[in-house]
Amino acid sequence: MTAAATEDGPALQVRAVTRRFGDRDALRGVSFAAARGETLAVIGPNGAGKTTLLSILGGVLAPTSGDVSRDPRDVGWVPQQPAVYGKLTVAENLRLFARLEKVADPDAVVARMLEQTGLADRAGDELGTLSGGNRQRVNIAAGLLADPDVLLLDEPSSSLDPRQRARLWEFVGALARRGTAVVFTTHNVAEAERFADRVLVLADGELLFTGTPAALHDAVGSQQADFEAAFVAFLRARGH
Amino acid sequence: MRFLLAKDLRILRRSPLLVSLLVIYPLLIAVLVGLALSKGPDKPRVAILNQLPSTGGTLTIGGTKVDPADYAQRLFQSIVPVTVHSRAEAERKVRDGDVLAAIIVPADLVQRLQRTITLSGSGQKPTVEVLYNAEDPVKQQFVQSTIDARVAELNRAVSTKLTQISAGYLDILLSGGKFSILGRDVDILGLKRSKALVDSVLTRTPRGSPDREALQRVSSFAQLAINNLGLSDVVLGSLATPVKVDQHIVQGRRTPLDAYAVAVAVTLSLMLVCVLLAAGMLALEREEHAFARLVRGLVSREALLAEKVVLAAGCAATTALLMTAGISAFVSLDWGRFPLWVVALVAGGLAFGALGVAIGALAREVRAASLLAILLALPIAFLALVPSGAVATGLYDAIRVISALFPFRPALDAADAALNDAGGLGTALAHLGALVVGWAIVARVALQRFG
Repeated sequence: MTAAATEDGPALQVRAVTRRFGDRDALRGVSFAAARGETLAVIGPNGAGKTTLLSILGGVLAPTSGDVSRDPRDVGWVPQQPAVYGKLTVAENLRLFARLEKVADPDAVVARMLEQTGLADRAGDELGTLSGGNRQRVNIAAGLLADPDVLLLDEPSSSLDPRQRARLWEFVGALARRGTAVVFTTHNVAEAERFADRVLVLADGELLFTGTPAALHDAVGSQQADFEAAFVAFLRARGH
Repeated sequence: MRFLLAKDLRILRRSPLLVSLLVIYPLLIAVLVGLALSKGPDKPRVAILNQLPSTGGTLTIGGTKVDPADYAQRLFQSIVPVTVHSRAEAERKVRDGDVLAAIIVPADLVQRLQRTITLSGSGQKPTVEVLYNAEDPVKQQFVQSTIDARVAELNRAVSTKLTQISAGYLDILLSGGKFSILGRDVDILGLKRSKALVDSVLTRTPRGSPDREALQRVSSFAQLAINNLGLSDVVLGSLATPVKVDQHIVQGRRTPLDAYAVAVAVTLSLMLVCVLLAAGMLALEREEHAFARLVRGLVSREALLAEKVVLAAGCAATTALLMTAGISAFVSLDWGRFPLWVVALVAGGLAFGALGVAIGALAREVRAASLLAILLALPIAFLALVPSGAVATGLYDAIRVISALFPFRPALDAADAALNDAGGLGTALAHLGALVVGWAIVARVALQRFG
């Protein structure tokens, strides 16, 4: 269920979203909002419901109940696995999705994305010949073709080396500074602490915490040395 | 949809191994099937309506008795005989596919045969009727060859006897002797004795004084010789085929086997290219993880399925048309029917494409989809080629139902109708249309598994 977004309100509003797979509750009444230019990290243990949440926000899955303020077509969605064609070149992939997104000038948008992602010199290469990191950059570029107000990134840095990771977060930071609300999932809580304005802690489909990384740190007491230890202590304290 | 079509065609262009396999494999299969078509099923079920009386059914040829039942036993060794009690029952069993064919032996077969092979005999040859269902030319060819071979055996045995009789008649004509005709014993002079008599009379008779009695006997012999030589045409005709076979098609049509083999080969190619392509290209969307990106508002699931069906049908119909054009260099095909070829192959392609996307949606992975497509399509094709009467009735009914649920049989009927003017194109197209809808629904439901 999708509610209409307003110009003055948050870029993304999620209200009481639930999702059931058979007898299992993958998400239980998750609600949060993302402001324009804000970066949100969704963290949690395996099976917490992070990918399910992003899939619902991206329109890949329908929620069992609850609503999302944005039409999925207005949201940029970047899945964990590069969702692009290995037999097409970088430019062909981007041009195909630009046309399917019905952007006004596909060629201009593709050129811009190639420039922004630093892939202009690889535009004619088949995707299957690229490294995992470059494929992920094309994957992200494909999610940004329609210049969305909200960008969803599912484990965006998982297949990247440190240098590529740095470039990725630099790129994401630039998007946020231009007003794009970014919601990403990660297992790397250090990245969440470093690059997210707020973190959402999910466990067993339940949203346990929403706030800044510092607030999460504070929530478990100052005796924890780093954010990852604070996160683990937080989950333990909540019975996870 | 056109962007997706262009994308898929580009992917195919960059996958030469896949495309080569898609073209070469169906050709190999078509050759194998073509070879298989030259052999018929073993021991077909054939209905026998024996109207011969229970007594007096033996034939006397030159003093030797021949029992047609002996020849029937030889026929029964190569078939499974099913006794029927009326012509209507025989026709029904043939029409329903319970038996491959029916043989009707008339009540007067022995009498007619007896009349045909005696010197005094004349009139119609005995006729054995063969009824069969010409639903496909393979079966038609098999029935004809089986029955012809058995009747030829009977004819050969009878003609051997007739040759002996003819030799006897010629000996009488040459040397003279007793001969029974119309119940009267006649003393035949023979050519040798006639010559001796005439020579004797000639030596004793002065020139110009006719010996009327001797000349009368010579005249009678000449008349008899003339009459018998007139009958010899009938006898010699009987020597070739004393028993005539009259074949009737109860249902179906006559398509030459080579033309039918073209339809089978083309349909097989169409099926393999289409099913493999549709299944593989749909599964590829999931394997490339692009499916989720596409259906989150960019393309509907229905449009995605339609695009794959159209892609597969277009590529497969083009391949099949090229194959048909190539075959036409060796087998005579009517190019005036080209528009119907296109209609039949496109319709068949759409139905195979719908089956293919259902397989692709169920299998979800390219390798699994390809394997499933082959494992499913080939047995379905071979089942559709099983002729009625070649298997038990219940099994054949099950085969017919299964064949009707898959596109091969109607696609073959459509191709046969389009290529060979076999009729029934409209029915086949309607059947294919129903299968397109049915399999598309299966594919749409199975697509839920894509996640």
